[in-house]
Formats: sequence, structure tokens, C-alpha cells
Amino acid sequence: MATVWGSFRRWGVDNLKQHLPEILLEASRLLTLPDGSNRNIISLLDTADISQRSGRTRKEIDILALEQSIVPERYIRNMDALSMKDQITLLQSRVCIVGLGGLGGSVVETLARIGIGAMTVIDGDIFDESNLNRQVLSSEHNLSQTKTAAALEKILTVNSSILIQDYSEKMDEENAVHLLEHADIAVDCLDNIQARFILEKAAKKAGIPMVSAAVAGFSGQITAIFPEDRGLELVYGPEQSLSATRGAETTLGNLAFTVSLVASLECAEVVKILLNKDSDLRNQLLIVDLKEPTFERIRLL
Amino acid sequence: MTISIDLKLFATLQEFTPQSSDAHIIAAGTSVGTLVQQLGIPEKKAKLIFINNLKATLDSVLKDGDRLGIFPPVGGG
Repeated sequence: MATVWGSFRRWGVDNLKQHLPEILLEASRLLTLPDGSNRNIISLLDTADISQRSGRTRKEIDILALEQSIVPERYIRNMDALSMKDQITLLQSRVCIVGLGGLGGSVVETLARIGIGAMTVIDGDIFDESNLNRQVLSSEHNLSQTKTAAALEKILTVNSSILIQDYSEKMDEENAVHLLEHADIAVDCLDNIQARFILEKAAKKAGIPMVSAAVAGFSGQITAIFPEDRGLELVYGPEQSLSATRGAETTLGNLAFTVSLVASLECAEVVKILLNKDSDLRNQLLIVDLKEPTFERIRLL
Repeated sequence: MTISIDLKLFATLQEFTPQSSDAHIIAAGTSVGTLVQQLGIPEKKAKLIFINNLKATLDSVLKDGDRLGIFPPVGGG
């Protein structure tokens, strides 16, 4: 903190912006990682301070730091599984999470921690007691509150530099395209099959990929759909032939460990698609059965 | 003539799993649809069928050593 103060006094308020690289460098310190290598890091407190004094957002400061090979300490354990360039890409991305129940709640927290720069969160529902067995955003203290309010609170608690757009409404054919505006990718965390088809159509219209998953009891499935892919019809059959909007979950319920595992699989796929612009799960379905347990990858085409 | 297949039924279909499902004996030339019927699985629940990790249909004919998986529609989140 003292270093940052000194830098600001030296450069003067008017020259702050052009001297941000030097200020960041002066505020950084060397950290020796468990493998013995050294990294320049900068603390949350210092990036917040520099952001406040310079009028730049926290996210902009984080990106500026990374561009100079200074890692915000909050992301140091993302390295080197993610490169600094990867971290910048994630910070510059917007992910739209549709549905904030079991899958959505876990997805929101994981993506906030890894450092997605902007999120759109959508759910028209409120929490009730039956959500407590698996939905990480629900607690005994927020029953009857909107799921978007809980998501907002969680994201800001975990990573307050994230820009959030929240919609406490149900996605339908009317509003779907508008809700996906500016998103780089959509994450399907919905709780019924029909709504998934609505999201798929909107994502295709918006020209963005989507990661889709569903769970029931000890089982779950996940796939990745790009605008030109046949997508959900390969999994559920054509939309017009759907005999029911819900599946095996009506009988088996939803278990917390299946939900958090499948949500993690969704997050891994989202991050890889943002970084690599492709996915090995296109036209494939990964089926998880935690009873036996097995993971199977099915070729849908 | 009979053949042996490795059968795995998922989620709500697990209750239809026969004994020794990893070496389930069926008549040669049996289709998935016939087997589904024999096991008492409601046809509309046999939504996703895969043989040796490739998507198949009720009309697909099973061969000796095939691994058959049947998955019902799943929509929870």
C-alpha cells in the first residue's frame, strides 16, 4: 500500500493513467511458487486502490497488470494451467448463465472464482426449502428471495471486479435473444427440456456456442453446441416429438454431488471454448453415472 | 444361436437391469427394440441408445460382444 501511495504522489493525479504500468510494477512483489519459480504478483488491496485512484475498473487494472506479466494474486493458482494470456481472455469474456438452481448456482461461483470478466445471470424463480439439498446459492436465510439476488451477492462476495447483468425473469421465446446480447457463450443450467430448446434457438440466433447439461439422481449429461450444430435434437429427439418437458429427475430427484460435478464439467467446457473456440464435446454426449460409477462419451453423429 | 452383450441401463431404467447384465445372453439377430420389449422397458423411455459408444436406434441389430447403453430423457438442473 505504501508503495502505491508513493507512486501516486510522484506521478501526480493528472498523469496517473499514462503511468499506470509503472505504478503497477512498483506495487507488485515477487512470489516464489511451490515449484520454486518466481512470479510478480499484485494484491487485491493494491489493485482496488489503483482502480479507485485512477478511475479505471478493477477488471481493467487486472488486465493491465497481466499484460505486464504481473499476476493479480487472486489468480496466481490459476497459473500455469491457464496462461496469463488465457486469464486476460477470460477477463474479457461475458458468460450468460441461464437458470440459477443447482447447476447454475455452482457454475456462477466457479466462473466467478476463475475470473470470467462479465456475467449475465437469468432466473425468474425464488428459493424454497426443497432447493436446500443441492442449490449452493440457497440457504436457510434467503428462502423466498430471488435466485438472481443470491447470485449477485455470491459473485460480488467472491469477485467484486465482475460486471453483472441480472434478469429476474424466465427466459422465453420473446425475450431470449435480448437476454443473450453481448454474451460470448451461454450455459444451460435450466430445469426442463422445453426451455433448453428455447435457449438453443436463441444462442443459434445470437451466433454463440452453448454448453448444455442436465441431471437426475446419480446421473448427468453434458454436451457442447455451436450455432451450426444439430445440438439438442441429437440428445432428446426433435423438439416437436417431445412427449414430456421433464425427464428422469421427476422420479429420481437431484443430488448435490451429481449437480456440483456436472456443473464443474460445464465450467471446464465453457473455459475451454472461450480459450480454444472449439470443443471436443460437439456432437458428443458425456454421460456420468455416479452409482457404478462410469463416465461414457457417446458419439451422437 | 445366442450372443452375449454387455448391457447398461441408466437412471430410471436401472430397475430393468437383468442379472449378469455384463454378459447378457440374447438370441442372435435381436434388435434393440426387441430387447427393450423383452426387458419390459417403456419404449418412450429408451430415448438415447448407444452401442459401443455410438448412437444407435431401436432398429439396430446387436452383435456378439456389443456394449449396449440405454439412457432415459434427463432434464433436471
